[in-house]
Amino acid sequence: MLNTYTWPEYAYVQSDEQRNNQVKRHPAIIIGAGLIGLTAALECARHGIRSIILDDNNTVSIGSRAVCYAKRPLEILDRLGVADRMVEKGISWKVGKVFFKENLAYEFDLLPEEGHKMPAMINLQQYYCEEYLVDEVLRHSDMIDLRWKHKVISLTQHDDYTSLQVETPDGVFAMESDWLIACDGANSKTRELVHAEFTGKFFQDRFLIADVVMKANFPTERWFWFDPLFHRNQSALLHKQADDVWRLDFQMGWDTDPKEAVKPENVMPLIKAMLGSDVEFDLEWVSIYQFACRRIDNFRYGRIVFAGDAAHQVSPFGARGANTGIQDIDNLIWKLKLVMDGKASDQLLDSYNEERAFAADDNLLNSTRSTDFITPKSKGSRIFRNAVLELSKKYEFARPLVNSGRLSMPTPYIHSSLNTVDEDDFEGAMRPGTNCADAPIVVDGKDGWLLNNLGDGFTVLVFGDKPEDAVIKSGDISAKVIRIGHDIQDKAGLLNTRYDGRDGSVYLIRPDHHVAARFRKFDKNKILAALNRAVGQ
Amino acid sequence: MGLNLRKNIKNPDDFYQELIDMQRNMNDDEVELMNAKLILILCNHIGDQEILSEAMRLARD
Repeated sequence: MLNTYTWPEYAYVQSDEQRNNQVKRHPAIIIGAGLIGLTAALECARHGIRSIILDDNNTVSIGSRAVCYAKRPLEILDRLGVADRMVEKGISWKVGKVFFKENLAYEFDLLPEEGHKMPAMINLQQYYCEEYLVDEVLRHSDMIDLRWKHKVISLTQHDDYTSLQVETPDGVFAMESDWLIACDGANSKTRELVHAEFTGKFFQDRFLIADVVMKANFPTERWFWFDPLFHRNQSALLHKQADDVWRLDFQMGWDTDPKEAVKPENVMPLIKAMLGSDVEFDLEWVSIYQFACRRIDNFRYGRIVFAGDAAHQVSPFGARGANTGIQDIDNLIWKLKLVMDGKASDQLLDSYNEERAFAADDNLLNSTRSTDFITPKSKGSRIFRNAVLELSKKYEFARPLVNSGRLSMPTPYIHSSLNTVDEDDFEGAMRPGTNCADAPIVVDGKDGWLLNNLGDGFTVLVFGDKPEDAVIKSGDISAKVIRIGHDIQDKAGLLNTRYDGRDGSVYLIRPDHHVAARFRKFDKNKILAALNRAVGQ
Repeated sequence: MGLNLRKNIKNPDDFYQELIDMQRNMNDDEVELMNAKLILILCNHIGDQEILSEAMRLARD
């Protein structure tokens, strides 16, 4: 039992289909009611897909686990109605300090850009995030059937559906689903059942995480130590979460006995050495882990798709686990909806693998680099690492080489087959494949935000008052036209700056709020071609 | 122009990874030899004795 948090216990309910021993075919089953599975269900509901979530447990995350939530995942969660609660409860921070031995090596500021609804980064224990998601799921009980204590024990793939054997406290029963979304974590059983490869790099090191409650005067900053005096030859991290809970992280080395390390008599001296013997604290939670950087060989196996840790596992440096998993869902569900409705060929789902495997590789690269810097595995690399840290105290050039975790940023799908390559010149970051930057707007005389007004489908964003069409249609796919300066106002001029929105400029925006194409002037045929391309046709 | 101590490598993470990866399967002696060669190659590229002297002093202190 924690001092600051009581885990909700959700009731197991036997389903009608199990009670009546009746095999039913469902449109979508999500395996795993963790952060990613819950997000998937809410995103499905938003797109009008009914789903069932199966989870083998009956509560939220044990332990604080994922702590940092970055702007882009918060924007996605904002569409789902949970970001406000998270931001309110979470801790906003922007300063990070890196120490080498007893000295400050360098300091960074995330320097959040003005004019975004969501903050650059918040810290919040994973159990709060999951609890808020569950609350929201329960509000959509017409669309989402959340079933606790339902464990998938086997599955068989057929051409156009999957059949499952599911175990509950009442025994085993059969289910069928057109589509399966596997969000069952790093040790995904589903991944095993389809015989997918899950390869990468395994690090021979162990880390101890401890959550402590204290009312100490440490500032709300991320503090990272290389080789500190209180924990020689290892690294350590201090970071604040909600409820005066602090996350402490200690590198322990490969030889540490994981069972011994987590015993209070071994943990307490470590923490006291870090915080100082005069600081009063309570130990909330301790865990030890080793980590890997690896990903599944394909995010899609026929009618089974993988998301979150089930598809990719990263080291914790850089907060890339939860953040990137939420972005998987962002990418997946609109495509699934078009395929389910017969508006796009099921090949569109191959672009889910194309785009998210690309993002996963980028995350894995960053995560592996951080790990190599934080835990050098040879004498030579340790000397370079220490040389960089020594030099960074005095010289600016060495500071960009210090790598205590490159914090999660969205990976633009720059090479995606869904993009239409620019034929006109544009300034700024909004090239095809990039997630749309937010900006303050005025709509119907009220202040608002661009991302909240882009809607669930495709959008044609036009700078200027042309065309007069409210909707652009290509077969079954339609895109809503929003004219800046007419339908919405660019409140602070930031839309214009961020999108290089000279008069007449047009952006085609995907349902996941990524740029598909952009043109300097409105040409319906070009927009239609880009729209077809963006749905894989 | 004196010794440049501002950021000068466009993608520091790419550079650092290449350096570390190149030595990943070397033993300590091989690493030291490669490092020494690397220093000499770069010093030759720089050429300017004043800059080399300044760099050596900074590295020593």
